[in-house]
Amino acid sequence: MSLLALENVTLKFGGVTAVNNLSFSVNEGEVFALVGPNGAGKSTVFNMISRFYRPVRGSITFDGQDLLTKKANEVASLGIARTFQNIELFERATVLQNLLVGRHRHRKTLLIEEMLFIGRARAEERAHRLAVEEVIDFLDLQAYRDKMIAGLPYGVRKVVELARALATKPRMLLLDEPASGLSVEETQDMRWWIEDIRRQMGITVLMVEHDMGLVGKVCDRVLALADGAKLAEGTPAEVQSHPAVIEAYLGTSAISKTANAKGERV
Amino acid sequence: MRFHFKTSYDHDIRLFPDWWKFSLYATLVLVMLALPWIFQGVFGGRTAGFYLGEMTNVLIWAVAGLGLMLLTGTTGQVSLGHSAFMALGCFLCVNFLDAGMPFLLAFVLAGIVTGLVGAVIAVPALKLHGVYLSIFTLALAILADDLVVILEHWTGGVNGRMAPDFTLFGASMNRWANPQGWYFLALGTAIAVTLLYRNLLRSPLGRAFAAVRDSEISAQAMGIDVARTKTLAFGLSCAFAGLGGALMGFFAGAFNNETFNFLISIQLLMMIIIGGLGFIHGAFLGAAVIAFLPQALSMATDFMGSASIPGLEVGVFGAILIAFILFEPMGLYGRWLKLRVWLELFPFARRDMFRRQKSYLKTERLR
Amino acid sequence: MEVLQLLLSGLANGCVYGLVALGFVLIYKATEAVNFAQGDFMMLGAYVMIGLVNPQFMGMNFWLAVPVALLIMAALGYLLDLTVLRHMFGQSQTAVVILTIALGFVIRFAAGLIWGHEPQSLHSPLRLGDVRLGDVVLSLADIAVIVVTLLMTLALWQFFQRTKPGLAMQAASQNQMAAYYMGIPVKRVQGAVWALAGVVACVAGILYASKGTVDISSGFIGIKAFAAAVIGGFGSLPGALMGGLIVGVIEPFAARYLPAGYSQIAPYALLIIVLVFRPHGLFAQVRTKKV
Repeated sequence: MSLLALENVTLKFGGVTAVNNLSFSVNEGEVFALVGPNGAGKSTVFNMISRFYRPVRGSITFDGQDLLTKKANEVASLGIARTFQNIELFERATVLQNLLVGRHRHRKTLLIEEMLFIGRARAEERAHRLAVEEVIDFLDLQAYRDKMIAGLPYGVRKVVELARALATKPRMLLLDEPASGLSVEETQDMRWWIEDIRRQMGITVLMVEHDMGLVGKVCDRVLALADGAKLAEGTPAEVQSHPAVIEAYLGTSAISKTANAKGERV
Repeated sequence: MRFHFKTSYDHDIRLFPDWWKFSLYATLVLVMLALPWIFQGVFGGRTAGFYLGEMTNVLIWAVAGLGLMLLTGTTGQVSLGHSAFMALGCFLCVNFLDAGMPFLLAFVLAGIVTGLVGAVIAVPALKLHGVYLSIFTLALAILADDLVVILEHWTGGVNGRMAPDFTLFGASMNRWANPQGWYFLALGTAIAVTLLYRNLLRSPLGRAFAAVRDSEISAQAMGIDVARTKTLAFGLSCAFAGLGGALMGFFAGAFNNETFNFLISIQLLMMIIIGGLGFIHGAFLGAAVIAFLPQALSMATDFMGSASIPGLEVGVFGAILIAFILFEPMGLYGRWLKLRVWLELFPFARRDMFRRQKSYLKTERLR
Repeated sequence: MEVLQLLLSGLANGCVYGLVALGFVLIYKATEAVNFAQGDFMMLGAYVMIGLVNPQFMGMNFWLAVPVALLIMAALGYLLDLTVLRHMFGQSQTAVVILTIALGFVIRFAAGLIWGHEPQSLHSPLRLGDVRLGDVVLSLADIAVIVVTLLMTLALWQFFQRTKPGLAMQAASQNQMAAYYMGIPVKRVQGAVWALAGVVACVAGILYASKGTVDISSGFIGIKAFAAAVIGGFGSLPGALMGGLIVGVIEPFAARYLPAGYSQIAPYALLIIVLVFRPHGLFAQVRTKKV
């Protein structure tokens, strides 16, 4: 059953068509990857799902609801959380505070309760904290709990961003290049986490990723994009051996060479 | 160095992390409460009254400063127009008193109404970023100055209004006859506002404020309604500023449009920067600087034997601010934090530990 | 006829606002900083000129003094960048705004110390004559203001659009690091811009002082000029001039047709209306941030 569905989505910036008549759907419980060369429109697709951009044509539905009628901040309350390509954390706050912001969509307290810290405020705060601690345990962030983001190394920031997205308790996670800039070990960790996120938490994952090694290992299905249009869709192996994909990545002449080397991994 | 052994989440939720901190602040409050008697003992008579008045002044500036701190320090929106809301708070309060309300009700209501008006004004202001917001709020402050003159019926026009004598808990509140009463009123307001602020910071809304300051984009992705959050921040900030303004005008004895000139809001902004942007302590430290600077300068000019130099205060204030922005952008409180870390690590602190990261600016036109 | 007279004197006033606004936009375009002290720069330029020309000070010949004053202000602008603003390199726009507000305070204090607090007027040859066109009277200063402003706007506009240094300045503001990589000496470029802003402020100051009296709070017209720049859309030079003219023209008409007390709020009310409906001014230059 498809959780997220894009139908005939088109987006233009001025005269440039960033995404052209794109349709695909992501099933519940699946790990789905968008791949393609730089400028293919992968992040643009994310930004349309996050409602930062509005497509000129087409529809986006999540769990049967029309996403295009929602505002950017309402997307999170439907259960869609995301990370960003160039990390967008709250720099002047601690890791813990960043994760607690992730709990914002579960806020029940009223302004007056919070200002006087009466009524539900304390109990709610404990509940938020408990939920966040589970994420901290899951991603091994204990050592960084009270550290300021501004002083953290890149690899840790990437994990904190993932943690913040998980703290929202999403149904679907959008990961924009989760492994970019990570070391081999960190990428390995990321792979296990993504697998656990799907298996233990039952969260559907849609990701943009260039590391085909990672994509091949964790993804059920892959969609290849070029110039905003669909090139190929299928299992990682199918997409990697698809002639149009190879052409987009390596140029036309590469096809014959790959044909000779069939059987090996690209 | 103290280590916290946390055994429950409440350790992080409650106001003070440990007994040491609690006793520190408890002592501070006790000293502040005892201050009228301490001054009486040290200076005696009229001088004690004068110094108590100065302390009251510090606390009043701090209340208004906390208001701007909430907006600028915590939510990251620079306002150059808070004098408008201070004026609104003050004139509302005096008109509520005229209508026969008891002071406490008039005072609190003035704060609330100022907050509501601020929230309404915030709606168009919110679409603006950076410089555009600054000039918008600056224009508000200038408009407010002229509006006070135009709305003569309520504000007394250019002549302004005399602060009426009022009673609080049975005591007559006249600045000259009852400096202690005024001091406790300002202290009480400052403590109340600080507590409200502190509570906000440990709850979801306070974190949402900080999130909006650091990254609007990802705040949105986390489900924060950026426009609503900014409106709330603006409203709360104006409410506090309104309380501060009411106290300031009444404490001055008489007030007109000049009392809440747009330069006041610029001073308020400079004050919280000198104190330390983003810290509650910063509002108090900055208030102390702004209230005591004129005294210090007049003492200095007396000592040098020269006549008073017109405009000296503002000039020196500007110079101090420039020095802070260049050398200590985190303000007095930031300097103290660094000193504390240095002391705690002694002798292992490194020289370049606090060096600012080299940064490059990209255009803010692409937002 | 009365309308025409109001319009023309409004235009002349508006040109002064436009010139100061030009200074704002110039620095903004090239360094992405907003110089809230530009009005005080103008006041300082006027005082430097008064100091050179007026008999109680140095008593120089007016036309000889003009280049000297321009040079002094250019040097001051450059020095200011060297001593203060260069340390703010890469810091946020807001920090610079506050810094320049403080700078304005200091400049006002210094000017008060040097030239006193009494209003003064410049001994300018532009004061001497009036020009009559039918019933409309224009002072020589008004005409000079209009002509000089138009020429200056045109020259600066062409400079930013066509010449290499102009483009380098724009590049330096939009992405400092990338500009470095392209071999643009970003810091030196910024120094040059501040010097240029000093010159523009000085021109505005000379014209302003030729039209009326100057005192140390004359710099507050910087706020009106700032409003003008924002109305025009920050970042656009012709926009700044347009904004200046709009504000300048509105003032005399408001003073004539609105009840007393309401007239001085007209420019600010206009600013607020413009910002409410067009958050980035009339000639906007903003795109959305990419994530």
